[in-house]
Amino acid sequence: MADINSESAINAGQHQTPQKSGKCSPVALPEKAVLLGWLRQMLLIREFEVRTMQAYQNRLIGGFCHIYIGQEAVAVGTIAATNPDDPIVAAYRDHGYALARGMDPKHCMAEMFGRIGGCAKGKGGSMHMFDAAHHLYGGHGIVAGQTPLGAGLAFATKYEAEVIAGEKSNHVTLCYLGDGALNQGAFYESMNLAGLFDLPVIFVLENNGYSMGTSIERGTTMATELRTKSEAHGIEHTIVDGKNVLSLYQDFKPIVDWCREESRPYFVEAKTYRYKGHSMSDPRKYRTKDEEYLEEEDDCIEHLSQHLYEEHDLTPDSIKQMTRQVKTQVRLAVEWAKESPEPPMEELYTDVYTDQWGPYTGTSKPQMLDQEDET
Amino acid sequence: MTVATNNRVIEFRDALREAMSEEMRNDKRVFLLGEEVAQYNGAYKVSKGMLDEFGPKRVIDTPISESGFSGMAIGAAMRGLRPIVEFMSWSFSLVAADPILNNAAKMLYMSGGQFGCPIVFRGNDGAGGQLASTHSWCVESMYANVPGLKMAIPYDAYDAKGLLKSAIQDDNPVFFLESERLLSTTCHVPEEEYTIPFGKALIRRQGTDCTIIGFGRPLHFCLEAAEELAREGISCEVIDGRTIRPLDIDTMAASVTKTSACVVVDQSWPFASVGSEIASQLHAICFEALDNHVHRVHSDDVPTPYAYNLEQAYLPNKRKICEAVRSATYNA
Repeated sequence: MADINSESAINAGQHQTPQKSGKCSPVALPEKAVLLGWLRQMLLIREFEVRTMQAYQNRLIGGFCHIYIGQEAVAVGTIAATNPDDPIVAAYRDHGYALARGMDPKHCMAEMFGRIGGCAKGKGGSMHMFDAAHHLYGGHGIVAGQTPLGAGLAFATKYEAEVIAGEKSNHVTLCYLGDGALNQGAFYESMNLAGLFDLPVIFVLENNGYSMGTSIERGTTMATELRTKSEAHGIEHTIVDGKNVLSLYQDFKPIVDWCREESRPYFVEAKTYRYKGHSMSDPRKYRTKDEEYLEEEDDCIEHLSQHLYEEHDLTPDSIKQMTRQVKTQVRLAVEWAKESPEPPMEELYTDVYTDQWGPYTGTSKPQMLDQEDET
Repeated sequence: MTVATNNRVIEFRDALREAMSEEMRNDKRVFLLGEEVAQYNGAYKVSKGMLDEFGPKRVIDTPISESGFSGMAIGAAMRGLRPIVEFMSWSFSLVAADPILNNAAKMLYMSGGQFGCPIVFRGNDGAGGQLASTHSWCVESMYANVPGLKMAIPYDAYDAKGLLKSAIQDDNPVFFLESERLLSTTCHVPEEEYTIPFGKALIRRQGTDCTIIGFGRPLHFCLEAAEELAREGISCEVIDGRTIRPLDIDTMAASVTKTSACVVVDQSWPFASVGSEIASQLHAICFEALDNHVHRVHSDDVPTPYAYNLEQAYLPNKRKICEAVRSATYNA
């Protein structure tokens, strides 16, 4: 399959059907300290999102804002299974990945506040968390628009290794999508290309049951048999419990290892639930309070806490202490973001091109031309 | 070799290939992908022989999947690779509008400067020959509206090589608009490596009575018109804009200040177009110098027809340009 000596490996029409080895066995759980780290991350994301909602209501955050509460286990468990330099790309419900990957919460919050201290200098906002240092290639705003990018990041890691460095590819890209992206053409084109070119990308579907207000059954065919969507492209599929970070990690880690080793794509469906609306403006009239109650009883943070009580003698007090620390961290992040200045006016004109461009005047040439004169 | 380098004449398509091949030899990050670029040797033979030289990992056949492979190439460019994406026709780029406009053009800005997009999209733009409405798109006016991208339209083989090399070396996304009708045209192209900078218009014919501004294929009609008008005693200065983003309005304005009359020839539709933009800017800059408003020649404001006579009537041509110049110079 991913034979780096095979010239045809990356060429259309030449690829082999995936082997049975795509079925992966669960791995063992890591030690207590790692599990405590996961708990802390999940608590951090939840507290961060609670404060995000407050800040939004206080008009410190504008635009569209999508809350990740309920889905924390997916970001934490999947990212724990990657190497720190494996690329990640996602849609617009993206605060959780940024925090799980290690972005400082103050940079994430400041981005939403539209401040210069934000991860993208306040130019992207809630939907566009970018962090080069942590190999986060953005949250992206158009549903499924990130899926060809995910294929491309995987293409690049493979190309960098095989064509430029002359070695075996050793990266896996995680490309997150929601169930709404199942109905966009770009996703199917991306799966086709990933299958065709043997790209090491994992499409992580966070199936939270709703694309905005449309339940998955109302939006897509074969809603209970989503494996059919990837099987059509010769891509392995598996379902993981998106509310249980332990089993999720155990199931997901071997898939990451397999994709890395075999340089092949995978389609992983994480069953989960978003507790809040699609965005801050969503009154959630398309689902019942009973459904929400039942889903929230089955909570990812509760699951991990319970496991730590039972298997690692953790006490409720130590979790309370961790919660206090996280609350302080997020409170300080909010304070820091408030203190961060608004972007200076010159930022309006930077990063449009890598070379200086300048404001449109309609009457004179752009600044960059002045600089290039006489060269 | 005994052939004098100075005199070498090659086709437009050969010049495009030479630019890509030189850049791929110079930089392993550069690769070519698109429909039929490899085994088929290119739908228009632009990439002929490149598969043999560079192999299937760098000259990559894609399925007919413009949104997918454009987006994939953009993802690769975010990591610093330098893809060349061939659109068999820019008409087909419409299904890739989200990746090429939302991702390629805005990535640097949205990421606060963290992720650039050094990529070239290139292929045939404009009417071919009776290709009817969906295959005859002139995308320049529509796409030139978007900040964050650059755009070049080469006129001949010499410019095709120099501008394409600049495009590939550029750290920003470049939309490179070729014309199927020009691919077989020939001119002198040096074997040596050279680049032509973006934002530098070229005066292709000197004149004193009227400035004619054009890009790409219609520029040939502009030069034909200037020849005919010269016989009538109207001396035209013909300017090849070469790139639309950046636009060398200064060279254009300097000429208009001298001639006091101007005709802009733009093969896209007239409404909210490159032509209307240039006219607007010239009206502002050359308000005092102009003896008449800037005249414009476009494709007609209708979908591109199939019938030969209708298509010819629809496109900019020598007759329309001559009429516009006569009107602009009060010789009508």
